[in-house]
Amino acid sequence: MKQASILLDGLPVPFDAGQTIMDAALAAGIFIPHLCHHPAFKPQGSCKLCTVKANGRYVSACTLPARDGMEVENNTPDLNDKRRTLLQMLFVEGNHFCPSCEQSGNCMLQALAYELEMLSPHFDQFYPNRPVDASHPEVLLDFNRCILCELCVRASRDVDGKSVFSLSGRGINKHLIVNAESGRLADTDFDWADKAAQVCPVGVILKKRRGFAVPIGKRRYDIEPIARQVESLAARRADDMGHGD
Amino acid sequence: MSEESFDAERLEELLRPVVDRHGGDPLQLVQILRETQDVVGYLPTAVLTAIATALRLPRAQVEGVAGFYSFFHLTPPGRYRVLFSDNITDRMLGSGELLDRLCNKLWIERGKVSEDGLLSVDRTSCTGMCDQGPALLVNGQPLTHLSGERIDRISELIRAQVPLADWPAEYFRVDDNIRRRDSLLATEWPAGEALRAALARGAEAMLAEMKLSNLRGRGGAGFTTAVKWESARRAPCHGEEGLRYVVCNADEGEPGTFKDRVLLSSYADLVFDGMSVAGFSIGASKGLLYLRGEYAYLLPALREKLERRRRSGLLGRALCGQVAFDFEIDIHLGAGAYVCGEETALLESLEGRRGIPRIRPPFPVTAGYRGQPTVVNNVETLCKAALIAIRGGAWFAGLGTKQSTGSKLLSISGDVERPGIYEYPFGVSVEQVLQDCGAGNAQAVQVSGPSGVCLATHEFSRRIAFEDVPTAGAFMVFGTHRDMFEVARNFAHFFKHESCGFCTPCRVGTSLVANCMDKIAKGLGTQYEINQIFKIHRLLHAASHCGLGQAACNPLFDTLQKFRPAYERRLCSLDFEPAFDLDQALAAARQMTGRNDPGAHFGLAARLPGVAS
Repeated sequence: MKQASILLDGLPVPFDAGQTIMDAALAAGIFIPHLCHHPAFKPQGSCKLCTVKANGRYVSACTLPARDGMEVENNTPDLNDKRRTLLQMLFVEGNHFCPSCEQSGNCMLQALAYELEMLSPHFDQFYPNRPVDASHPEVLLDFNRCILCELCVRASRDVDGKSVFSLSGRGINKHLIVNAESGRLADTDFDWADKAAQVCPVGVILKKRRGFAVPIGKRRYDIEPIARQVESLAARRADDMGHGD
Repeated sequence: MSEESFDAERLEELLRPVVDRHGGDPLQLVQILRETQDVVGYLPTAVLTAIATALRLPRAQVEGVAGFYSFFHLTPPGRYRVLFSDNITDRMLGSGELLDRLCNKLWIERGKVSEDGLLSVDRTSCTGMCDQGPALLVNGQPLTHLSGERIDRISELIRAQVPLADWPAEYFRVDDNIRRRDSLLATEWPAGEALRAALARGAEAMLAEMKLSNLRGRGGAGFTTAVKWESARRAPCHGEEGLRYVVCNADEGEPGTFKDRVLLSSYADLVFDGMSVAGFSIGASKGLLYLRGEYAYLLPALREKLERRRRSGLLGRALCGQVAFDFEIDIHLGAGAYVCGEETALLESLEGRRGIPRIRPPFPVTAGYRGQPTVVNNVETLCKAALIAIRGGAWFAGLGTKQSTGSKLLSISGDVERPGIYEYPFGVSVEQVLQDCGAGNAQAVQVSGPSGVCLATHEFSRRIAFEDVPTAGAFMVFGTHRDMFEVARNFAHFFKHESCGFCTPCRVGTSLVANCMDKIAKGLGTQYEINQIFKIHRLLHAASHCGLGQAACNPLFDTLQKFRPAYERRLCSLDFEPAFDLDQALAAARQMTGRNDPGAHFGLAARLPGVAS
């Protein structure tokens, strides 16, 4: 039988049964912008950066199963414009100051902003008050940068079996919490060796007493734009340790 | 109650009966939180920990669920918790002034708890009393027909700490206000009539009648009910339990809608009959009624109805003598979250989680409650199904229009002489409805609530039907003296408040448009903000995870198209104007230094003699 395929920006891209549009694109080395997606975890489709147009309808590439003959638009001015607006929303919703961030150059949010040519945050800043949690001996949590992708939630629950992280609140007040009555990371069983410590695509979960081990300018997305790193994005697994180590 | 009073032993004593009542089932978390809060008064950190331990759930998950719903309190909310319904119709009846009046009388700031812990006063989304507003909830009980005089009396009752049970009963009176009856409301059927008729027909024949009737869902989406039922009937069950479920969506949260409240108050047996008929038709043995938290006051009467049905063999094992058919109905209470009206968010909430809409497919008919095939139907839809069981599909199909068979209940409120429930056959014109309810000078009608459509006078000849103007039931009328900008601004804040926050566009976008509207309201808006609203509307429409986000900018889009002058007369210029006002920002410094001379002002204000700010 002929291999099933979708037409991604006019290019035939094969897929196996059960694969999503994102799975097929990653396997074929085609970049679809994304933040909350990680090949090792169950897709959740919340950041909406991977919004594509499939047979004329806007859908999330990470959650929609591919179907034979499906025509998918991905790299179009309309979609990239929408993605840029989504990035601007994420930037103003939190407190993101790239120049002083330890993750600058390793941060997917920043890398996508460069990739999609986001020149300014555009909207008025929300300046939310999100105190950092420095209680843990090894790890600092800087909630200012949280984009609510739930990767740490999924990693801690599904890989580490600890459920250290969860979300609380609703709407614009939604926020990350930790599994302790005190609300402090130090009072959880979180460990730097956890998978959850390694999956943050931005700069929330940081190792203490380690700064700028790799100089800015020589970091992952400094060297090459994120769109040209599809292979390594696709190769991320549940057991590998990232974090620019 | 202070935190210190919760020693482990006392906690155990308080929690045990609640947890036991739900068999320690973590999927009952929302119900357990509700009932625990009823006992304790709020949900302190120690209580959340104890619940997590008892249910073997991660504590953070329990906290996350408690933090999602508006009616769960993680800090003491005051012994009297007053929540003013904040629908636009309440505002039009003066709820804003009444709220201020109560706050002033009791020396309290809105949104804060009084220092003695006696009370708090705040706003809440539409409580479904639009035909008898302004309305509020006090400790979950609805108060209607508020007036200045009543507010004064209420402030005295609260100050004297009179228990709610001793407040004047007429304050709590909720009327049906049924103004027009048609095929559904005109006849009162005895309990069980529809169920017996369906049993006599047999499941296959009942489904055939449903198909013949062409009944479409009354919750707004208009999906063909028979297709839903048939899909669920055919879908295989999973696991050992192998149950199918019927869920009645009574999370009537769309502002301006209150028909389900009336059906549950006065036609509850028809609702339960409809659920049982659905259960019989799809092979389900369990029904769940998801009742919105605002309607918690209906719970005792509904429970009693269920008990009576059980006693008369209409509920439980071998219904109506049919050995092969068991059916049970449970009632679940929501806790203040509009998004749970979305059927998959409702299922999440039923399963004790945050009300986040699921990724579809799979659809509930194949994998719904507990992963089993589940039919989720609106209250009114189930009543119609019960009627079809009694009177047949052909009879039903003869009513209304070709694509919209049967009748529709409209919840009419706003600038009309006779607000209330009006039942019409589908196809009735907006004009006709306006005439019947006594809307003399309407300039606009918001049909189907904020997520529906805003019609202007030139559209009043349009018809209420799926093929023209579909509706879930809300019908809010705005007279010519109303400011349609303020209507839209109220709706923008509603969506901001009710966004679940799951996806980026809706979470941030609803806040951004609400901010745009506030900026315009302050007289700082420009054409730039109007363009922003359009841009965010397009994004939310395209990229939101569920219908809430997709519809969130509809009322702004509609009013911008049809009532543009209401916006434009507020714009200060056609160029960009920043929201930040430097002169205003200096007000605190002026106050501290006791200065108000031109040198202490900035910009235009500095040039005007004798300005005060």
